[in-house]
Amino acid sequence: MQSPAETNQTTKTLTLAKALNAGLRAALSADDKVLLYGEDIGSLGGVFRVTEKLQAQFGPDRVLDSPLAEAGLIGTAIGMAQRGYRPVVELQFDGFVFPGFDQITQQLAKMRFRSHGRVQLPVVVRFPYGGGIGSIENHSESVEAYFAHTPGLTVVTPSNPNDGYWMIQQAIASPDPVIFLEPKRRYHEKGVVQLDAPALGLHEASVARAGTDVTLICWGPMVRTCLDAAAAAEKEGRSVEVVDVRSLQPLDFETIARSVEHTSRAIVVHEAQRNYGPGAELAARLQEQLFYVMESPVLRVTGYDTPYPPSKLEADWLPNLDRVLAAVDQSMGY
Amino acid sequence: MSVGGLTGQLTATPGRFQPAQPVEVPTVQLLGEDGTLVQDPDFVPALTAAQAARMLRDMVLIRRFDTESTALQRKGQLSLWAPLLGQEAIQVGVHAALGRFDHVFPSHREHGLAMLMGLPIERLLGIFTGQESGDWDAEQVRFHHLNMVIGGHTLHGVGYAMGQARDRQADPQADDGVSLIIHGDGAISEGDVNEAYIFAAAYQAPAVFLCVNNQWAISEPVERQSPVPLYQRAWGFGIPSVRVDGNDVLAVHAATTWALERARAGQGPSFIEAYTYRMGAHTTSDDPTKYRDKDETIQWQSRDPLTRAETWLRAEGVWDDGRQARLDQEAEAFGEQVREAVHKVHDPKLEDIFDRVYARPTADLVAQRAQIVSEAAAR
Ligand SMILES: Cc1ncc(C[n+]2csc(CCOP(=O)(O)OP(=O)(O)O)c2C)c(N)n1
Repeated sequence: MQSPAETNQTTKTLTLAKALNAGLRAALSADDKVLLYGEDIGSLGGVFRVTEKLQAQFGPDRVLDSPLAEAGLIGTAIGMAQRGYRPVVELQFDGFVFPGFDQITQQLAKMRFRSHGRVQLPVVVRFPYGGGIGSIENHSESVEAYFAHTPGLTVVTPSNPNDGYWMIQQAIASPDPVIFLEPKRRYHEKGVVQLDAPALGLHEASVARAGTDVTLICWGPMVRTCLDAAAAAEKEGRSVEVVDVRSLQPLDFETIARSVEHTSRAIVVHEAQRNYGPGAELAARLQEQLFYVMESPVLRVTGYDTPYPPSKLEADWLPNLDRVLAAVDQSMGY
Repeated sequence: MSVGGLTGQLTATPGRFQPAQPVEVPTVQLLGEDGTLVQDPDFVPALTAAQAARMLRDMVLIRRFDTESTALQRKGQLSLWAPLLGQEAIQVGVHAALGRFDHVFPSHREHGLAMLMGLPIERLLGIFTGQESGDWDAEQVRFHHLNMVIGGHTLHGVGYAMGQARDRQADPQADDGVSLIIHGDGAISEGDVNEAYIFAAAYQAPAVFLCVNNQWAISEPVERQSPVPLYQRAWGFGIPSVRVDGNDVLAVHAATTWALERARAGQGPSFIEAYTYRMGAHTTSDDPTKYRDKDETIQWQSRDPLTRAETWLRAEGVWDDGRQARLDQEAEAFGEQVREAVHKVHDPKLEDIFDRVYARPTADLVAQRAQIVSEAAAR
């Protein structure tokens, strides 16, 4: 396989799933310490086919099928990283991260701290997350807050193919453990991937759409929803700015604050339940730092404070265009 | 000999460097692949011909439920289905062995057993249409809720069994129910499942583990989960175990009866590995041609549990073309019922989900519910 630099193309149109696949391929080619590791990632190519054909190309010693055991996956990845490897672990779904939760929050996250920086764990734990695909229980959860709340972990999520391609490579290159959340309902959405160089660093937020009236702060699956809402709002004469947070931990608060200073209104949109969710963190910071700038309180459009409902209800449970537009109206009404 | 060195052959003492137990795999089989009876020194089929005919009927109906549901998924009426083709004998054999107070903690492929235990099929279909999450009365049906986190339910089953034993100790008149816990060959790798064995053994819980070894955990072959036959793993936990031919309804029935009786008699947990094969895909969104050899699947076709039972029953003189024709008709009518059942599931209402999070809804939930109701009214 040629590296992107060797081809003459500088852009390619890919789905998010294919862009992630290309990003993983580039990382495997660039560094033979990189290993992929997970249930069904080999011949099947993962349940969402993100690792499709990688085992065929790099062999079963680089792309390892594993027993059905999440604690085992994360725990052994820690050991491999201690030995100088860069394991990229795939978990099948958001709801199945919890059997590995102790290994992630108590072990993976703390090793650097415990060892005064002697041990570094360049482990990436990637998994599909969020709702909107009509799935059964435990297949639609938004778990970012658990991990962003844990010091020592980096938590990022791409919202489009270009970010998927670059962020996965940046995550693998990171010296610290990264929780890499893949918005599964966006896996099949296409976008242009710049093959020459990343537009942004792993921890930078991006202004996905410029506007002047109000800022929508979002990430992962909600970025598309917010961009659609901004386009709809424009028809009603409202100019909505959309900030794609990209990295929840660490947080590029500067980019977010710059946007809100400029629009003076902010709405956080996330799929996860509202109580103690990431929206609370963002609203608190905005209130602490931009109290005098804002013309209306920070609003949140989120999932409700229930477990994820049966999928027939998810279109209404999840923040959707109508709920985002209603919040825009409410914010502007102050 | 050098001091501190090793002498002799490293394999001289059985059980030291090699497993003490033989690595051969004695399998309980009462009905051979050709449908003739097989002698087993430990298990005898204790069934009347009428009971056996009933088991054939149950297998046929389960197969119909499964193929019909798979077809419903193809027509877009279910969003997903986990086919159980080839695993009918296990579910029927187990059901025939269950006592009237025993409880089942199922995995995600026991649709047939659920049906035999009296769960209305629309309750299962509702999970796969995305309309409900399985809120039947598990205490009453004795078929507990589906758990999509592989292995988590095995601990619940052990705890439930511990409760059953306590109740009986406190009151000898209490029911004599024990717990049957089902999990797959993939699940055997999960930490929770291994902890379930440990607790069952530590407290001698009246629990039966039924491991459905259908050879595949999605695309991972059973060899990826364990280099030793699965039933032998139970030895290490101090749990008596057997492997049975999972396509042999008589063997499954006999072994389950043995294990349930042990539990009822206060002899603690047992482990049954039901050796079978997942004939279909993992779920309707899976593509097994990507990871397994077609020949393997074809080979297992000749071990079809239904054909075997039918051949035997015909030879016994309790089955004939007339009975088969009547059963085919019954299956046809039942297929119609399954297709209708999918329309019996009611669409959930968003406002209802707020009432079932806590015994008393929190102020937040009350407010969120009220907001939804008023928004709906305004529309
Ligand atoms: C904790 C957890 N990890 C992963 C999954 C995804 N998953 C669903 S079924 C399955 C395979 C289960 O295999 P097995 O236990 O052999 O049962 P089978 O599906 O073959 O009946 C996997 C990996 C899950 N549901 N839960």
